[in-house]
Amino acid sequence: MSFRIVESNCTACGACEFECPNAAISYTGGTFVIDPDKCTECAGQYENPQCAEVCPVPETCIPV
Amino acid sequence: MSAPLIPISGLAVSNRQEMGKNLAKGGCSSSSCGSSAGPADMDPETWAKVKDHPCYSEEAHHYFARMHVAVSPACNIQCNYCNRKYDCANESRPGVVSERLTPEQAARKVLAVAAEVPQLSVLGIAGPGDAAYDWRKTKATFDLVSQRLPDIKLCLSSNGLALPDHIDEIVAMNIDHVTITINAIDPEIGAQIVPWIFYERKRRTGVEAATILRDRQLQALEMLHERGVLVKVNSVLIPGINDDHLIEVNKAVKARGAFLHNIMPLISDPAHGTHFGLTGQRGPTAAELKKVQDACAGGANLMRHCRQCRADAVGLLGEDRGQDFTLDKLPEEIEDAPEAREAYRAWVAEERKDRQAAAGLAEQAAAAAEAPTLFAVCTRGSGRINLHFGKATEFQIYEADADGISFVGHRRADNYCLGGYGDAERMDEIIKVLDDVPYVLCQMIGNGPRKRLADAGIEAIDSLGEEYIETAIASILQSRRAHRDQAAQGA
Ligand code: SF4
Ligand code: SF4
Repeated sequence: MSFRIVESNCTACGACEFECPNAAISYTGGTFVIDPDKCTECAGQYENPQCAEVCPVPETCIPV
Repeated sequence: MSAPLIPISGLAVSNRQEMGKNLAKGGCSSSSCGSSAGPADMDPETWAKVKDHPCYSEEAHHYFARMHVAVSPACNIQCNYCNRKYDCANESRPGVVSERLTPEQAARKVLAVAAEVPQLSVLGIAGPGDAAYDWRKTKATFDLVSQRLPDIKLCLSSNGLALPDHIDEIVAMNIDHVTITINAIDPEIGAQIVPWIFYERKRRTGVEAATILRDRQLQALEMLHERGVLVKVNSVLIPGINDDHLIEVNKAVKARGAFLHNIMPLISDPAHGTHFGLTGQRGPTAAELKKVQDACAGGANLMRHCRQCRADAVGLLGEDRGQDFTLDKLPEEIEDAPEAREAYRAWVAEERKDRQAAAGLAEQAAAAAEAPTLFAVCTRGSGRINLHFGKATEFQIYEADADGISFVGHRRADNYCLGGYGDAERMDEIIKVLDDVPYVLCQMIGNGPRKRLADAGIEAIDSLGEEYIETAIASILQSRRAHRDQAAQGA
């Protein structure tokens, strides 16, 4: 259970990193990536995955 | 490094006149105006705060430079004129991606510019992204800069959604100017401009989003005003969507203490990939923009000089030296030169008195009731006619009428959205933007362009180079009057 970032869509704005409640997102190797071990899909924390809610580009933060 | 604004060596000159000459030579590129309000129609406290701020004071833009750094790329709303793959098309120049900097890199860049450009008086953080939402980076940058350069003023721009959460820090950090972009008061209209916001952990859309955004914007404006922070409001004029509505916006923000209202044109092009670009939403013409600005005059002071500079712009208004200061060009060791800035500011204080006196005299001379007449001026700063017609990328438009001579806006002659104009096309463009302007004032003009202008009913005057703008306009009006009187007598 995890989200991932579609690298080719990502603008590297960092909003998702900022909002992730589990510090699962980091800027690694020149792009933002989600650590599948830390990502909980925000289950039990928020109604919707925070990264997908804030990301300005559609279809960029999506379920694996 | 190309054309320094004014070389540091230029500051060693012995007197003011000489410094002024150096300044013109140095290519302190075009200037143009902020609030058309000067010391006369602003309360002293406000004037003290804005007088050295080129974005806020029409007068200051002739002398001072601002710089922006892009450190806060994250945003909490989506606007239909923005494509986040590029810079925000309206808060900064479209299609060009700003250099993204960490707070430490940004602070180094500011130090390098301050050491090189004594006109620097303001550091701003605007887009891409929202300076108040990406607050940690904004704050870190300001903290680093104010430790090293306490004399540089700080300002930030925001969509307002996150602003109410940071009012105490803004006041504590001595940020004395904040810009909020407010495009609508009516949520039905706002929803056509902002499709969604991210607020309290949820993406919200439509009228709900527009209502929350509006309420937070006005709340931030009121809170900042109460705490003595100057707030400017930016509005993007979108024909067919908010053009009639901006009068309401103007009233609402004025009532809550905004000291300036800047109405700027939508910049829209399918190539930018924005929603508006793709749906064919057009931007306003210069005349449409002026009409809305005129309709709002008398409300919150209007700012007509904004050039929508890029988020990482460096320089006097209308000029961008950002490319001279990209990270790879920064020196390892940066020595600040505060004396140069101090000397420059002292010079400006004197020069200003001079210019004000000249403008005062000129206005008296012009005061005899005249039908309003527009003048297009080519200038590179200091309030003088000191730029060759062929070098002007924009014109400052002045209006002379029974109330005197006032700056009413600037018009660009280089369409940077399309770019790559040949000379003939450039003249076509100029004649189009100067449609309602009978006089062009410049330092010099070639015979070809003079004739093209004349054929279009525009008279080019290059006999008044180096004069103060107001003085030159007054003398033209006078000679026109004398001419008419003579003709009347002769008849
Ligand atoms: S889904 Fe939630 S936990 Fe997973 S990366 Fe996105 S914000 Fe973080
Ligand atoms: S919010 Fe979207 S665009 Fe921004 S860094 Fe995250 S994935 Fe990339």
